[in-house]
Amino acid sequence: MKKLSKTTKSSLITYGIVVFAYIFCEIFMRTGHMSSLLKGILVPLCVYVVLAVSLNLTVGILGELSLGHAGFMCVGAFASAVFSKCMMETITVPTLRFALALLVGVVCAGVCGVLIGIPVLRLRGDYLAIVTLAFGEIIKNLVNVIYLGVDSNGFHVSMKDAMSLQMEPDGLVIIKGAQGITGAPTDSNFTIGVVLVLITLVVVTNLVHSRTGRAIMAIRDNRIAAESIGINITKYKILAFSISAALAGAAGVLYAHNLSTLTALPKNFGYNMSIMILVFVVLGGIGSIRGSMIAAVVLTLLPELLRSLNEYRMLIYAVVLIATMIFTWSPSAIGFRERYSPAKLFHKREKGVQ
Amino acid sequence: MKKLLSLAMAGVLAFSVAACGSNDTPAASDSNAAPEAAEAEDAEAAAPAEGGVLKIGGIGPTTGGAAVYGLAVMNAANLAVDEINAAGGINGMKVEFQFEDDEHDAEKSVNAYNTLKDWGMQMLMGTVTSTPCTAVVAKSAGDNVFQLTPSGSAVESIAQPNAFRVCFSDPNQGAASAQYIGENKIATKVAVIYDSSDVYSTGIYETFAAEAANQGIEIVAAEAFTADSKTDFSVQLQKANEAGAELVFLPIYYTEASIILTQASTMNFDPKFFGCDGLDGLLAVENFDTALAEGVMLLTPFAADADDAATKSFVSAYQEKFGDIPNQFAADAYDAIYIIKAAAEKAGITADMSASDICEAMKTAMTEITVDGLTGAGITWSADGEPSKDPKAVVINNGAYTAM
Repeated sequence: MKKLSKTTKSSLITYGIVVFAYIFCEIFMRTGHMSSLLKGILVPLCVYVVLAVSLNLTVGILGELSLGHAGFMCVGAFASAVFSKCMMETITVPTLRFALALLVGVVCAGVCGVLIGIPVLRLRGDYLAIVTLAFGEIIKNLVNVIYLGVDSNGFHVSMKDAMSLQMEPDGLVIIKGAQGITGAPTDSNFTIGVVLVLITLVVVTNLVHSRTGRAIMAIRDNRIAAESIGINITKYKILAFSISAALAGAAGVLYAHNLSTLTALPKNFGYNMSIMILVFVVLGGIGSIRGSMIAAVVLTLLPELLRSLNEYRMLIYAVVLIATMIFTWSPSAIGFRERYSPAKLFHKREKGVQ
Repeated sequence: MKKLLSLAMAGVLAFSVAACGSNDTPAASDSNAAPEAAEAEDAEAAAPAEGGVLKIGGIGPTTGGAAVYGLAVMNAANLAVDEINAAGGINGMKVEFQFEDDEHDAEKSVNAYNTLKDWGMQMLMGTVTSTPCTAVVAKSAGDNVFQLTPSGSAVESIAQPNAFRVCFSDPNQGAASAQYIGENKIATKVAVIYDSSDVYSTGIYETFAAEAANQGIEIVAAEAFTADSKTDFSVQLQKANEAGAELVFLPIYYTEASIILTQASTMNFDPKFFGCDGLDGLLAVENFDTALAEGVMLLTPFAADADDAATKSFVSAYQEKFGDIPNQFAADAYDAIYIIKAAAEKAGITADMSASDICEAMKTAMTEITVDGLTGAGITWSADGEPSKDPKAVVINNGAYTAM
C-alpha cells in the first residue's frame, strides 16, 4: 500500500509540475508580461517534452536504443498535415480538425512502429538502433521525393516532379517534394500542447506502473529470467516500442500544426534531431520521466535565452551540455553531490549539535 | 589525490555554472525589460533634437550549413546601414540594425522573429532562405510587420501582402532561363541536373521544364541528386551524354556545379553549361580549375567584377571590411536596405510610428518607387511583392564574367 502511494505521489508531482507551469505561463501571457519569444516557443517546448518522454519509454523503460525517433515524428507530422490540408474546407472547427489529425498522425506513426518492431525486436543486441537509424533517414528522403496532389479524380502520387502528377486544373498539390507542405492550418496552440503533454505523461506513467510495465522492465533487466517466467518477450517489446513511436507521431502532429510550412530537412527530421531527443533523455536521466521532461524544456530554452551572446551562443550551449553531463553522470560528481548534498549537510550539523 | 581531483572538478563546475548563470540573467532581464525599453525608445523618439531611431531587424542562418548566405546578408546589410547612418540616416532617423540567427530552420526562424519583436523591431529585412521565410511571413502578416526578403525565392515566401522580395522568384528564373535559351537558339536538346532535395533547385527545374515545351526545347534527360549524394555526378553526366544533350542546365549551387564541370571534362563530355544565380561564386571555389568554367553561361542579377561604379564601390567597401568578395546574396541584402530607405522616404515614415502603421505606409510606397540597385536598374514592385527587373545573362570568358 505504501509503495503504491509512493508511485502515485511521484506521478502526481509530475502532472502537477506541468499544470503549474501551464497556469504560470497563462497568467503571464494574460497579463502581458511574457515576451514574444517565449510565447512563440511554448508549443515547440511541448513538442520536445512529448518526444523526450516517449523516447524515454523505449530507451529507459524498454532498454532498447532507438536512433530514429525523428522518423516517427516525421511520419506523424506529414500524415496529419496532409489530412488537415485536405480537410481544411470540410471541417471548419480547428480543435476538431486537430483532434482528427492527431488520430491520423498517431495511428500512422504507431503502425510504422509495429512494422519495424515485428522483425527487429525479435533479435537481441543493438539491431533496433541500426534499423531505426536507417528508418529515420529513409522516411526523410522518401518525403523529400514524394509529390502528392488531389483533384476531382482523387489522389495523384508521383516520385518524379509536380508535372507528372497530371492533375486537372482545379487540382491542389499537397506535398511538393522537397518543398514540403505549405499552408496547412496552424491549429495547435499552447493549451492543446499541454493537454498532449499530460496525455503522454498519463499514458507512459500508467504503462510503467502497470503489470505490463513491470513485464517490460523485467525484460530490460534480465531477458532470460523474464522469458523463464513466461513473459512473451516480443509482444511486450513491440507494445512498448509502438506506443513510443505513436507518441512521437503525436509530437509530430503538434509540430506540423505550429508553423505554416513543413519540410523534411536533416535539421528537423534527420539524424541530428533523433540524437537531440536522445540527449534530452540521457541528460534528464534514463528511465526518469520527469527528468527527460525538464531536460527537454531546459535544453530547448537555453539556446534561445543565450541569443544575446550572438556567435558564442552555440559554444556556450555545448559547454553547458558537457558540464551538465559531467555533473549528472560522472562518478566523482555524483560522489561530490552525495557528500555535500544540502540534506546531508543539514543532517550532519544536527548531529554535531547533539 | 582523488579528493583533490573532485575538488578541482567541482571548482570548474561551479565556475561554469556561475558563468552560465550570469549569462542567463541579462537575457532573462532583457525579455522583462522589453516594454520598458520600448517606452524609453518612445521617449527618445519624442525628443525633437534628432529624428529618432528606426529599428530594422534581420533574420538568416549565421551558423550551420547555409551560414555562407546568412553571413553575406548580415555583413552587407550592416555595411549599407553604416553608410546610410553616415550620410544622415533615413529622413534624419538613425537606423539600428539587428541580425538574428535562424540556423536555416523554420522553427528557429520564428523564434528569431519573436526575439526581434521583443527588441522593438519596426521593419524586417529577411529571412535569407526560403522555407524559414515562408514560416516567418505567416507570423509577420499576423502582426502586420513590413517584411522585405533579400533572397527568399520560393513563391510562397511572399504569399502575404506585407512581404516583398529583392531577388527573382524561382519560377521566374526557370522560365527566364528557358526563354533565354530558346530565343537565342543556344540549344534544342537540353539535359537538366538538379537537386531534388532542394527547394530552390526543384522550383527552378519545374518552371524551366514547363516553359521549355513552349520554347521548342527538348529535355532529353532530367537527372536528380539529393543533398546526401552530391559528390559524384558521373552517372547523371553519362546519361546526359548518351541522350545527346547539347546543353546541360544546372539550376544548382556552385559547389556541386564545380564538381560536375570537373567530372564532365574528365569523361570528355563537352556540352554547353547554363545555370542560374546559384552558380555565382563558381570562380571562387578552391582547387577548381577555372579554365573548365570557360563558356559557362548563367543568369545572375549581380557579378562582383562588373564595371559600373556602384558595384565597384560596394565590392571594395565589402572587401575592405569583411575580407572576401561579396556574392549575390550580399548584393541583394545591400539593395534591400536601400530599398527600405527609398520606400521609407517615399512613405514619410517616422520613428514613432508603430510597426503596423509603418507596414501599411510601406506597402503602398513599395509599389510607387523605382530603385537602381546592384542587382538591377529601375526595379519596381507590384502589390504581390514580386520585383520586376531584367535578368542579366553573363558568360565566363577568360576567367571573368562578361555580359552576353
